[in-house]
Amino acid sequence: MRADLRLGIDVGGTNTDAVVVDRDDVLLAKAKAPTTPDVTTGIAASIEAVLAALGPAPGRITHAMLGTTHAANAVVARSGLRRVAVLRIGGPATHAVPPLATFPPDLRAAVSAGETVVGGGIEFDGTEVAPFDAETAARFFSDVAGRADAVAITSVFSAVSDRHELAAEAIARSVLGDVHVSLSHEVGSIGLVERENATVLNAALAGVAETVAQSFGEALERHDLHPARYFTQNDGTLMEREYALRYPVLTIGCGPANSMRGAAHVSGVRDALVADVGGTSTEVGVLINGFPVETGDPVGIGGVRTNFRMPGLVTLPLGGGTVVGDGALGPHSVGYRLTESALAFGGSTPTLTDAAVSGGRVDVGRTRPAARHRGALAEALARSDAMLAEAIDQAKVVRGEQPLIVVGGGGFLVPDDVPGVSEILRPPDHEVANALGAAIGQVSGQVERIVRFRAGGRAAAIEEACESARLQAVRAGADPERTEIVDIEEVPLAYLTDPAMRIRAKAAGPLRLT
Amino acid sequence: MTERQARGRHSAAPDPRAERRSIAVDDLPALARGCAVMGAGGGGDPQVGVLMAREALQQHGPVPLVGLDDLPADGLVMPCGLVGAPTIAIEKLQNGGEGARLVAETETLTGRPVVAIMPFEIGGSNGLIPLNWAARLGLPYVDADGMGRAFPTLPQMTMNLAGVPSSPCVMTDERLNTLVIRTGCVEWTERLLRTSTAAFGGAAVAALYLMDVATARRATVPGSVSRALDLGTALSRNGDDPIDTVVDELAAVELIRGKVIDVERETAGGSVRGSAIVEDNTGEGRLLRLEIQNENLAALEDGEVRACVPDVITVIDARTGEPIVTERLRYGQRVGVIAFPGPEVWRTPEGLAVAGPGAFGLRFPYTPIAPAPVDTGAVRAS
Repeated sequence: MRADLRLGIDVGGTNTDAVVVDRDDVLLAKAKAPTTPDVTTGIAASIEAVLAALGPAPGRITHAMLGTTHAANAVVARSGLRRVAVLRIGGPATHAVPPLATFPPDLRAAVSAGETVVGGGIEFDGTEVAPFDAETAARFFSDVAGRADAVAITSVFSAVSDRHELAAEAIARSVLGDVHVSLSHEVGSIGLVERENATVLNAALAGVAETVAQSFGEALERHDLHPARYFTQNDGTLMEREYALRYPVLTIGCGPANSMRGAAHVSGVRDALVADVGGTSTEVGVLINGFPVETGDPVGIGGVRTNFRMPGLVTLPLGGGTVVGDGALGPHSVGYRLTESALAFGGSTPTLTDAAVSGGRVDVGRTRPAARHRGALAEALARSDAMLAEAIDQAKVVRGEQPLIVVGGGGFLVPDDVPGVSEILRPPDHEVANALGAAIGQVSGQVERIVRFRAGGRAAAIEEACESARLQAVRAGADPERTEIVDIEEVPLAYLTDPAMRIRAKAAGPLRLT
Repeated sequence: MTERQARGRHSAAPDPRAERRSIAVDDLPALARGCAVMGAGGGGDPQVGVLMAREALQQHGPVPLVGLDDLPADGLVMPCGLVGAPTIAIEKLQNGGEGARLVAETETLTGRPVVAIMPFEIGGSNGLIPLNWAARLGLPYVDADGMGRAFPTLPQMTMNLAGVPSSPCVMTDERLNTLVIRTGCVEWTERLLRTSTAAFGGAAVAALYLMDVATARRATVPGSVSRALDLGTALSRNGDDPIDTVVDELAAVELIRGKVIDVERETAGGSVRGSAIVEDNTGEGRLLRLEIQNENLAALEDGEVRACVPDVITVIDARTGEPIVTERLRYGQRVGVIAFPGPEVWRTPEGLAVAGPGAFGLRFPYTPIAPAPVDTGAVRAS
């Protein structure tokens, strides 16, 4: 018997989905369980259900991939967060905006064990803003000893050189012992405030990451499974467990990327629009070359401004459970109680699912909504169609007609004819596209550099960035033979006499299977 | 501020006796939006200026905003701001003490006290950056600037047109390394300042065109800070269409409304050059081409110039009302492109010589903003 199966799990707002695929990514089993407030119970239930669907041979599962909302929930609820010693290396620069100045006060109170700015940091040409002040850094770590159970270190232009961050890390470890240390050059991109925020969140989430990893392991071990464990990150690619423990903040928004990657997989189409219609909301994004197109705009997480690369999405408060009432459509939804509350299931709440049943788009439930509801339902469906069409048009990044892949449990809401869409693809197994996205995930690496170059230096700079990204992907668990560059972005810096460019390269490859 | 007041102020030349006001923490988002619209796509993202000003205003309280007529005629005004790359300024944030250093050096050089801080450029981040210095120093902020928009070089300041010498020019950085540039003409100040900026790490701060209030009254663009504040306040009102709001507030022309369908960029000689194409969303197939060099320099349609420097061309996100800087333009954005006249002084022959299309290497003469094609006699179905 071959040991070659992969288990993918994705925690959504309404349901936690699980799938098992074989080494050719063929779907063998799928299951859904309601998402629970603690998240972990729902994950265990979905594993239980998908193994029941799989039947014999669960021991063949060698890899398990989890996309979870634990990290996002912890930040929003300000719970389970570690106390972080926040060190910024940049003095005498950067004092004008102190560390955590942009955090909401309650979150700052929940995570900060102390903040300071010490001398040091890097100029964009690689020289020093000032020599790194190791002595003051050591004194700061001594002062917070006993209060801090994690450390976040951010140096000016750590994307140009990480040397001051690495020196500070060594000091943190010698003073504080075996403590979690987050380094900004591994977490975020150019933009000191946003990167520092992300680095502090990352350190604060170290405990949450350990809890998740442990409960995931236990849920698997309960079924006598011992697969290699991975977590999906914001861009839809995978991190090995060890990597995820170090960079939990990179998993904070993995859901949309999972469903978009899954949509590419179930449809076999790599360039398309994707609409993921759930119970409460709909997200529309764009796939290019099988990966979601990312936004360069700042992303707010729990009230904190960060600069993560997340899929660029147009979000609508519309889903299968959306309540049809007097006012505007959405965001009120019956959620997972659809099968008790909706008219079609014998309940008393008119929903968009009832509108779709009434309009002949889907045949679910036990009964057709009564005639007296039909006018309002038809009107709601027309309004939903208009909102979807608008969102789909807004999401487009290139001109012309494109195919639209519809996934998610509420996909029947999308009509067969949408302006600007060449064809609507409703692939089989679309309702578990997000868990499939997790199961088939690739492993990626990403680097960002600011480089100055004269004529001819551009190609060398890009090649260097690509090579670093490739190495990073391989370190994170990608197969070196099949790791490719999937994205290169170059943005020239305005108002400089010598040409300089911000270069970002991203590499991705399938899991290295041993 | 009420809507009536906001509308009253922009309609004519700013009233020199406009009520005194001050800038507080709550005003910063509006000021930032206004500065971004007046930045013509350049000048850097004002957000970093907001963060620094917020810290300073929280500590030191609101900064008085004063008209030049409210200051003593013989008082010394210090025009100042950031020079270099905004991208570097969002990573290597300021110390906060730079403004005090500029003032101290200026006072040493001139032997006179600085009575007020003036932003030399209202567009983009420079409309806000000197505000944090004013707050820390307890000095008022002058309701005027030297551009009325954003421009890339020192000669492109109204003080230059008015014959105010750029020298001495004081530069400093977060280390308080200080450089005084003394030259005989602004072209040399520009040349030495650019080279020095690279040595400072790609971004630095500077004060130049030091002058007394009486000179500033004829050499600057009056009312630009209130204009940015009013515009930003209007843009922050809920419910209104953001592009219509800008058109109303600034007596601007909507050049097109649609989608960005192409963006091309290259770096050449220290500026971001390129172009972007916006396709109208009415299905008429109109295309507007933006010529970019750090800022939006010109808007062309069917080979005709619809607007160009020194008039201000700004791309605005159709949904959020946020101005989009040229570095952030990308495929698929839903935008409105608006243009409004730059300060009168730039449209004189002397002004056009330093800030007109020719000054940016564009091979066409200055063309006033053309209204929508329907008014130009172009054939339209409707």
